[in-house]
Amino acid sequence: MLTKRIIPCLDIKNGRTVKGVNFVDLRDAGDPVELAKQYAEIGADELVFLDISATQEGRATTLDMVLHVAEQVNIPFTVGGGISSVEHVDDLLKCGADKVSINSSAVKRPELVNELSSKFGSQCVVVAIDAKQIEGNWKVHLAGGTIPTDIDLFEWAKEVEERGAGEILFTSMDHDGTKNGFANEALAKLSEKLNIPIIASGGAGNVQHFIDTFKEGKADAALAASVFHFGEIPIFELKKELKKNNIEVRL
Amino acid sequence: MRICIEKKMKLVIINYGAGNIKSIQFAFKRLGVDAILSNNPEEILAAEKVIFPGVGEASSAMSMLKETGLDELIPTLKQPVLGICLGMQLLCMSTEEGNTKGLGIFDTRVKRFSSDVKVPQMGWNVIKDLKSDLFSGIKESEYMYLVHSYYAEHCEQTIAKTDYGINYASALQHDNFYGVQFHPEKSSTAGAKILENFLKL
Repeated sequence: MLTKRIIPCLDIKNGRTVKGVNFVDLRDAGDPVELAKQYAEIGADELVFLDISATQEGRATTLDMVLHVAEQVNIPFTVGGGISSVEHVDDLLKCGADKVSINSSAVKRPELVNELSSKFGSQCVVVAIDAKQIEGNWKVHLAGGTIPTDIDLFEWAKEVEERGAGEILFTSMDHDGTKNGFANEALAKLSEKLNIPIIASGGAGNVQHFIDTFKEGKADAALAASVFHFGEIPIFELKKELKKNNIEVRL
Repeated sequence: MRICIEKKMKLVIINYGAGNIKSIQFAFKRLGVDAILSNNPEEILAAEKVIFPGVGEASSAMSMLKETGLDELIPTLKQPVLGICLGMQLLCMSTEEGNTKGLGIFDTRVKRFSSDVKVPQMGWNVIKDLKSDLFSGIKESEYMYLVHSYYAEHCEQTIAKTDYGINYASALQHDNFYGVQFHPEKSSTAGAKILENFLKL
């Protein structure tokens, strides 16, 4: 049976790992390649690198980092952050990234999803969506969650699926950084409406939150950062607990 | 995990513009073997082992093979050949993806997963009923990383099985041709062991 995936997310700035809490406060949490190797060894199923570099130099450094990660890490990884062109994706994949994640650029130019999936295949196109509830409706937000739009989360997710996205990475802005659990109701609705895998992101605080997001949220994978980076939830222990709760995981 | 394989072994990864070949090259490098990326027929024919990779869309991958004449070369190879993911699928009779005729090594067809399951299948699943030296030292129900929307139906050449909605062939073998649907280069230490086994065939 296909297992549920546990995915640590590493924020990268100028080739170094940082972690945003509520997308603002940044703390250094080490060298990305070493961290990635360590995660692969302790049972992470996949990794996501989110490039938050503001400059071209920073982006170039990230490309170099991707090459080093691919060289040393034997599990799949996704790279996201500031990706808006077919050429950039080509570079990332050539350096060894397995998937890319696009976010604001897809909202600005939805055809990008079609272009990427037809050129590189759906399997490597992850569409990341940041959303929060405004008057009870889930609205898509851009630029790391800072710019609200009038776009409905569920309609947008359905549209990118039709355009060829292979996977959705949904971050609830309402839950991110709270450590109060994932947005399971919205996640379950996404899972029911779409026929591609959904990654839950935002709100992981304890083991029960992961159990809930797989059971109630029907998520295919769960992504978290600080609870993993600061050792609050050891991945192996987490997976053992998931298994005990009849959730299929790779152990 | 460096192993006792002749470092000078000539391993060629067929480079026809499809797929994440860098990852495969790096996976062999971690085993201490430098793989050559090539689309040169002479170089491929002279290799001791050949990797036939592929990620992407079947019909465009097949057109790229035809442009370089590799579609005629590959079936004539006598050394061990390992098709990975789309590489394996292209070695079958046909695939529903883009209604593409395959290279006809494996006596089976490739079909799309039904919409009863999420497509693509993405993540770690187990391989069972293992039946080849390719899997020596690999335990039954070992986890492998898979990303695919199309699957090969079982045939007499099935050497590993996986369940995803249906039970399908996650690995095939016919004479010197081997095919795996999963990505050994991304499947942790167990995947590396399979690549190591292939080098020893």
